[in-house]
Amino acid sequence: MRSKRIWQWLIWGPITCIGAAAFGGIALNRGESINAAWIVVAAACVYLIAYRFYSGWIAARVAALDATRATPAESLENGRDFMPTHRWIVFGHHFAAIAGAGPLVGPTLAAQFGYLPGTLWLLVGAVLGGCVQDMLVMFCSVRRNARGLGQMAHDELSPIGGTAALVATLTIMTILIAVLALVVVKAMAHSPWSTFTVFATIPIALVVGIYLRVLRPGRVLEGTALGVALLLFAVLAGGWIDANPSLHGLFDLDARALAWFVMIYGFVAAVLPVWLLLAPRDYLSTFVKLGVVVLLALAVCLLAPEIKMPAITRFIDGTGPIFSGKLFPFLFITLACGAISGFHSLVASGTTPKLLARETDIRLVGYGSMALESSVGILALIAACVLDPGVYFAINVAGGVVGADPHAATATITSWGFPVTVGQMQSLAHSMGEQTLFARTGGAPSLAVGMASIFGSAFGQSLLAMWYHFAIMFEAVFILTVLDAGTRVGRFIVQEAFGKISAPFGRTSWYPSVVLSSLVTVAGWGYFLYIGVIDPNGGINILWPLFGIANQLLAAIALAVVTAILVKSGRVRYVWVSGLPLAWLVTVTTTASLQKILSADPKLGFFAAARDLSDKLAAGLLPAERAAAAPQLIFNQHLDGWLTAFFLALVWVVVIDMVRSCTLYLSGRSAAGCREAPYERTQLA
Amino acid sequence: MNVAMKNGWSRLWHGLRSLTGDDSYERYLAHLAVHHPGERPPSRARFYASELERRWNQDGPTRCC
Repeated sequence: MRSKRIWQWLIWGPITCIGAAAFGGIALNRGESINAAWIVVAAACVYLIAYRFYSGWIAARVAALDATRATPAESLENGRDFMPTHRWIVFGHHFAAIAGAGPLVGPTLAAQFGYLPGTLWLLVGAVLGGCVQDMLVMFCSVRRNARGLGQMAHDELSPIGGTAALVATLTIMTILIAVLALVVVKAMAHSPWSTFTVFATIPIALVVGIYLRVLRPGRVLEGTALGVALLLFAVLAGGWIDANPSLHGLFDLDARALAWFVMIYGFVAAVLPVWLLLAPRDYLSTFVKLGVVVLLALAVCLLAPEIKMPAITRFIDGTGPIFSGKLFPFLFITLACGAISGFHSLVASGTTPKLLARETDIRLVGYGSMALESSVGILALIAACVLDPGVYFAINVAGGVVGADPHAATATITSWGFPVTVGQMQSLAHSMGEQTLFARTGGAPSLAVGMASIFGSAFGQSLLAMWYHFAIMFEAVFILTVLDAGTRVGRFIVQEAFGKISAPFGRTSWYPSVVLSSLVTVAGWGYFLYIGVIDPNGGINILWPLFGIANQLLAAIALAVVTAILVKSGRVRYVWVSGLPLAWLVTVTTTASLQKILSADPKLGFFAAARDLSDKLAAGLLPAERAAAAPQLIFNQHLDGWLTAFFLALVWVVVIDMVRSCTLYLSGRSAAGCREAPYERTQLA
Repeated sequence: MNVAMKNGWSRLWHGLRSLTGDDSYERYLAHLAVHHPGERPPSRARFYASELERRWNQDGPTRCC
């Protein structure tokens, strides 16, 4: 016992000192450029210490995880979805499910504030908020036969809470798909190489689907290996297409055409059988995603690139060109996924708990996966900050903000104190195999440039263009997977709603119902995508905050459910563990929503923007092209304003419902405690 | 050393198969053998098809942002 304690000190003492030294290094190096290694080391120490001590304390005291208690995977084992599985395998499954484009795009956009605010919130938000949410939601679900979040909200709060969770899921899904589709469209616009590579992923998925269903049923590894080889070949082939004058034009498409293409694709993918397109695409994207995360981590550690972005930029005052709004609350809304992601609670309840062999594995799978996900956010932030700040802004700021002419754009960005020249941008675009990199909003191109320069320096400078398009393909592959899977989930929710009006429409396999509900779902996100494409300010500046608010709203619902369960299961003295992150999220979402609705600044407030645009339209101040799109944009700003108000109402409905349910219980007026499944002793060795 | 290395590779290979779901049919057969001996198992192709159906058309969201 004594020697164990000494070992603990020998291991955790140095980790604490190294972490503190790394933070000291970051703090003392203000005003001069620092090396990314400082950030990597500081972050790694924070995650390790938080995992060792905070998650250990939550596991032992708050949740009181019980290794002798049978999990749903054991008590309901069916050899399919309920299946006790080794904890590292569950960790892999869960991480693959929660890792997505969010923690790549969010930090890239948030780099406009400098590297420091983003890094700090990714660390603090994850270890005190996001990881705790994922772990405790998973714990609540494991104790309730692996129920989903919506069902738990229904049981533990009230039917109102359950409905709110369902509605929030559908709206967040719509906004999420629209914003991610916009990211892909912006990356492909007028880039034949990217367009060809992304298009090629569709027939590749079909080939793998047929291989896995017809030729070699269920041989997932073989099929995936074949698919990954074909994907790499497609990146190579994209270069030949780009260089070929007769084929080049065929794939040189504008954003509008690509938006229509993505909508048609989303509809077709939703009505095709899953084995043909969705399932094989998912296998490929999981593989590519994990591979790239490992590669990026290796490259950053090997290369230790210099951070060129300042610690804090002047844009914390709310005048940011990529998205508007002050550091508080918009840093927290923008980073969202890498720190706290409400969406994770949907996977952490329902899907993953069916695999956990022992309750004590929740600590590694719930807390650990989120810490890893957050570190992916740190890597994305580093990839954005190793670019020259001038280049970063030139790529990420829309033409509507700095002017469409390259000379005007570089002059404006240079005047902000971030020097950049047209020649520099042209030679960068040339080395990446692109015609231009100006105003490639959405985050994907700038992340790809950052990744390509890191990979290029670590593994060979000559392949820059290849790395760039590999990075674009990597993002597109899993964004399209989310698009397919999300449209399908949306379709089921719509079908259920239709089923209440007319019974046959509720049958999920009835073809007219499948077609109609898929059309409705695609039209929902397709609308926001199309408006984003025609918006001269890039669209992402509207959609990303909307997505961030929706995501943090879902996190608030999840934390409200957890808080109610803590109170009703006799854990009132630990209520702050989920209560404080909840209070913070409610503060952030409420402030951000109110600013988006009420602000008189047309760059920030939706209604103010609508007024500003209609005044300009009436006064004839808009050029012909912008005047044509203005009525649609005005309508959309109004719609976004009302949607934000709706999100705000939803948060407060759930919070009030939670407080009501807890007060009833604490005052003894409601005897109903929480609905935990009865204890059953594990039979597993 | 040789045995240890072989062991390591085999563990890595099994981990990879579990992670991708490549071994889910074998795991299902093992489950049937223990819990429902005598029941006729579905073919590999039928099992694969019904698993995809369950995962994507019945369960909730399995992929995140």
